[in-house]
Amino acid sequence: MALNTLPGADDITRVVLPNGITVLARENPNSPSMVISGYLGCGSQFDPDDKLGLAYFTSLALMRGTEQRDFQTIYHQLESMGASLGFGVSVHNASFAGRSLVEDISLLLEILADCIRHPVFPAEQVERLRAQMLTALAIRAQDTADMASLTFDRILFSKHPYGKPEDGYVETIQNICLEDIAAFHRACYGPSGMVIAGVGALAPARLIQEVERALGDWQNPNQSPIPELPRISPPQDAVRQHVEIPGKFQTDLVLGTLGPKRSSPDYMAAMLGNNILGQFGMMGRIGDVVREKEGLAYYASTSLNCWIEAGSWEVSAGVNPSNVDRALELILAEIRRFVKEPVTREELEDSQANFVGRLPLSMESNAGVANALLNLERFQLGLDYYRRYPEMVAEVTPEMILETARTYLDPERLIVVSAGTSKE
Amino acid sequence: MVETSTQVTTTRLPNGLTIWLKEIHTAPIISHWVWYRVGSRNEIVGKRGISHWVEHMQFKGTPKFPAHVLDKAISRTGGYWNAFTYLDWTAYFETMPADKIDLALELEADRMDKSVFDPQEVEAERNVVISEKEGNDNEPLARLGTAVQKAAFDCHPYRYEVIGELEDLQAISREDLYQHYRTYYVPNNALIAVAGDFKTDDMISRLEGLYAGLQPGVIPTFPVYDEQKLSGERHVEVNGSGETTYLQVVYRTPRAAEDHFFALSVIDSILAGPTSLNMFGGGGISNKTSRLYRALVETELAVAVYGGVQATIDPFLYQITVTLRPQRSPAEVLARLDDEMKRLMDAYVPDAEVQRSIKQAKALFSYGSESIANQAFWLGYAEMFANYEWFQKYLERLEMVTREDILTVARNYLDSSNRVVGVYIPDGNMQ
Repeated sequence: MALNTLPGADDITRVVLPNGITVLARENPNSPSMVISGYLGCGSQFDPDDKLGLAYFTSLALMRGTEQRDFQTIYHQLESMGASLGFGVSVHNASFAGRSLVEDISLLLEILADCIRHPVFPAEQVERLRAQMLTALAIRAQDTADMASLTFDRILFSKHPYGKPEDGYVETIQNICLEDIAAFHRACYGPSGMVIAGVGALAPARLIQEVERALGDWQNPNQSPIPELPRISPPQDAVRQHVEIPGKFQTDLVLGTLGPKRSSPDYMAAMLGNNILGQFGMMGRIGDVVREKEGLAYYASTSLNCWIEAGSWEVSAGVNPSNVDRALELILAEIRRFVKEPVTREELEDSQANFVGRLPLSMESNAGVANALLNLERFQLGLDYYRRYPEMVAEVTPEMILETARTYLDPERLIVVSAGTSKE
Repeated sequence: MVETSTQVTTTRLPNGLTIWLKEIHTAPIISHWVWYRVGSRNEIVGKRGISHWVEHMQFKGTPKFPAHVLDKAISRTGGYWNAFTYLDWTAYFETMPADKIDLALELEADRMDKSVFDPQEVEAERNVVISEKEGNDNEPLARLGTAVQKAAFDCHPYRYEVIGELEDLQAISREDLYQHYRTYYVPNNALIAVAGDFKTDDMISRLEGLYAGLQPGVIPTFPVYDEQKLSGERHVEVNGSGETTYLQVVYRTPRAAEDHFFALSVIDSILAGPTSLNMFGGGGISNKTSRLYRALVETELAVAVYGGVQATIDPFLYQITVTLRPQRSPAEVLARLDDEMKRLMDAYVPDAEVQRSIKQAKALFSYGSESIANQAFWLGYAEMFANYEWFQKYLERLEMVTREDILTVARNYLDSSNRVVGVYIPDGNMQ
C-alpha cells in the first residue's frame, strides 16, 4: 500500500496558538463530516487518595451545565444536529471526542469550548452524575475482567497513579463535594498543554480559525503544574491473588509485569515481541495453545501498554473455573519459552508485515486519523513518524526481542490475578 | 440521501450466487463479504447454537488453506477478518490492502464447500463456544436478555440466543455440524458483497472464475411456526449477584420489510435515541434529550436507558433496557415508562421531533460511510432480511413517516398486551 496515504509533515497542519493550545489538522475531502478530539493535561494524576475519581467526575460534570447552557440545552443542540461530544480521563489527561456533519462544526466547537471554559456544576446535576458513577462502580464490582485488571494494576503500580482506578472507589466518589470539583476545574483546566486534532471535510486553515474563535482567548494564569510522580520499580516477588465474585460462570485471569515506557528504545522490539507472544493472527503463541490447541478459552491474548512513565505487559484470558490452573500453566510455559529462546525469523517477519500492513487500515476513518495525530503529539514522535514507521519496524531483530523480553518479563516474578467464583 | 460514491452493480451467477459490488477509490482498501442466509432462525431444538459453531469451524481450515496458514496469510497483509452469526444470517469478511484481496477471494470460495471439520478440532471448539457462552452469562444483563427473549416467543426460533443452549452445545456432533454446513453453505444461499478499490468488470470475472464450479444446493423450506400474538403482558424475573436492578421491556415488532418498521425506527429515536445501522465506525449519538431519558433518568428513577430496533426477516422485538437507581423499584419505573407510552398513543408527536430523528439518521449514515468495511457491510446486510433497496431508500422512507403513522404504530405495537417485562433482581438489593 502506498505510504503517501499515511499522514506526514506535508499534509498535517500543526500550529500552536498564542495561549499554548496545539492544533493538528488534516483534511479528508471524501468525508461529509468532521471529528474533533484532543486532551488537556488534567488527568487522575491530580487525584488525592481519599478522592480518587475526582478528575473523572470533573470531566463528566463539564457537560452538566455552563454559564450559558443548561444540561438539556447542551444535549438538545448536540443531538438535534446528530453530533456527539464526550469526555473521559486517563492518568495524564482529560480527553474529549466529538463529531458532527461539517456544516455543524462551529456549533460543536462552541459547545466544547463552553463546557471546558464555563462549566457551573449545578448541584442537582452533579448528584445525579454521582449516582450514575456509583452504579457504574457497582457494575464494575461484578465484572470479572474489570476486577482482575484493576487488582493487577493496583499490585503492579502500587502507590503510583497508574495503579489507581480513574473512576475511583465507592468511598472516594462519596467523599467528593461540589467545591472539590469546581476547585479542580479552576486549578487544572487551562489552555497550556491542551491539544486538539480536527480531521474531516474542513480545510485545516478553516479549522484553525474555528478553534481560535472558540478557544483563542482562553487563559488560566493559575493552572497547576503537572505533579511529580513516585518512581515505578519492577515486582520483587511473584504475587498470586484471587478476587472472589459469586455467581460467575467464567473466571478472568490477568497476569504480567512492567513493560517499557513509550519513549524507551525497547518500544518497537517489545511491541513486535508482544505481537508474536499473544496477538498475531488468532492471538499469537498464547492464543494458539490456550484456544486453538486446547480449547480452554474464548479469548487468551497479551497486551503491551506503553505510557509516559512506564508500561504494563500483560496476558488476559477468560476460562472456566475448573481450567484456571491448566490455562496458567500453558501461559507460563509460553512466557518461559519467550525469554529463553529467540523468536524465529519467520515469526518476526510475519509480525513486521502485519504492523506495516495494518497501519493504513487503522487510519481509514476520520477518528482513526485524529487518534494517530494525537499520538504524535502525546509521545512527541515527530510529524513524519508514520512515514518512517516501516523502517523502524524492519530494524528489529529476533535478538533484540529476546533481550527486551529478558529485560521486562521475569517468569518467577509475575503478578497473577484471577477474578470469579471459586470451584467449591 | 447520503450516497458517497459510485454506482452499485449486481449480478447473479447460473448457480444462484448473488454478487453486489461498489467501487470506492478513496483509499487502496477492499472489503469483501460473504453472507449466508442461515442463522439461529434456522435451528431446531437440540441444535440451538449450531450456526454459530459452524461459523467457528469455518476458521479451522480447508485442505488448501489449513487454519494456521490462512490466519497467518491474512494477518501478514495487515488486513483483518472476522465473522458474525445473527438470527437470520451468518457473514464473513476480510478488509485488506487492495493489492492483496485475491487471498480473501480464494479463501472464501474455498471454504464455501471444502472446510474439513476435523473431529478433534470440533471437540476443542465445543469448549471454546461454551467458554464464549460462559463469558456472556457472567453479565447480569445478558442473563436477563436471554430470559426475556425466551418469554417473548412460544415456538419461533427467535426465542433462543444465537450462542445456543448449553445442553445442545454439549450434544451437537461433528456430523450435525458438517450437515448444517453442507446444507446452507451453497452458492444459491449466499451473497458476495465487495466494496473498495477495484474495477467492477475485473472483480466479476474473478468471482465467476472462483465460484462457477460450485453446484447449487437444495435449501430446506423454512417451517411455518404458529407464533400467535402475545395474549397479554408477560413477566420474567431473573435473580443473581450484584447490587444493580435492571428492567427490560420488549415489544413484538413488525418485520423489517414492512412499512411500519420505519415508523418504529422514528419512535425508537424519539423515545430512546437513534439506533445506528453501522457495523463499523460512526459511533453513536447520545440520547439525553430523548423522552425516556428525560422521564426516567432526569427524574432520578434510573441511571441509564437504552432502546433498540433490529431489522429481521420475521417479526422480532423492540427492546428498552433500564438500569435502575438503587432504592428504586421496577414497578415505579415501569409506571413512568407507561406514561410515556401513553403519551405516544394519545397525541401526535410534534413535527420537530420527527425531523430531528431524520437528521440523526442522516448523520449516522454519513459517519458510517467513512469506512469501506461498513459500505461493504451495507451492500449485503439489507439483502438478508429485505433487499438492497430497503437500505437505499431507508432515509427516504423515514422522511415519509407521518405523525399518523407514528400514532398507528404506537397503538398497534407498543401496547402493554404486546410485551414482556423482565426484571433482574440482584441478591445484594432484594426489593
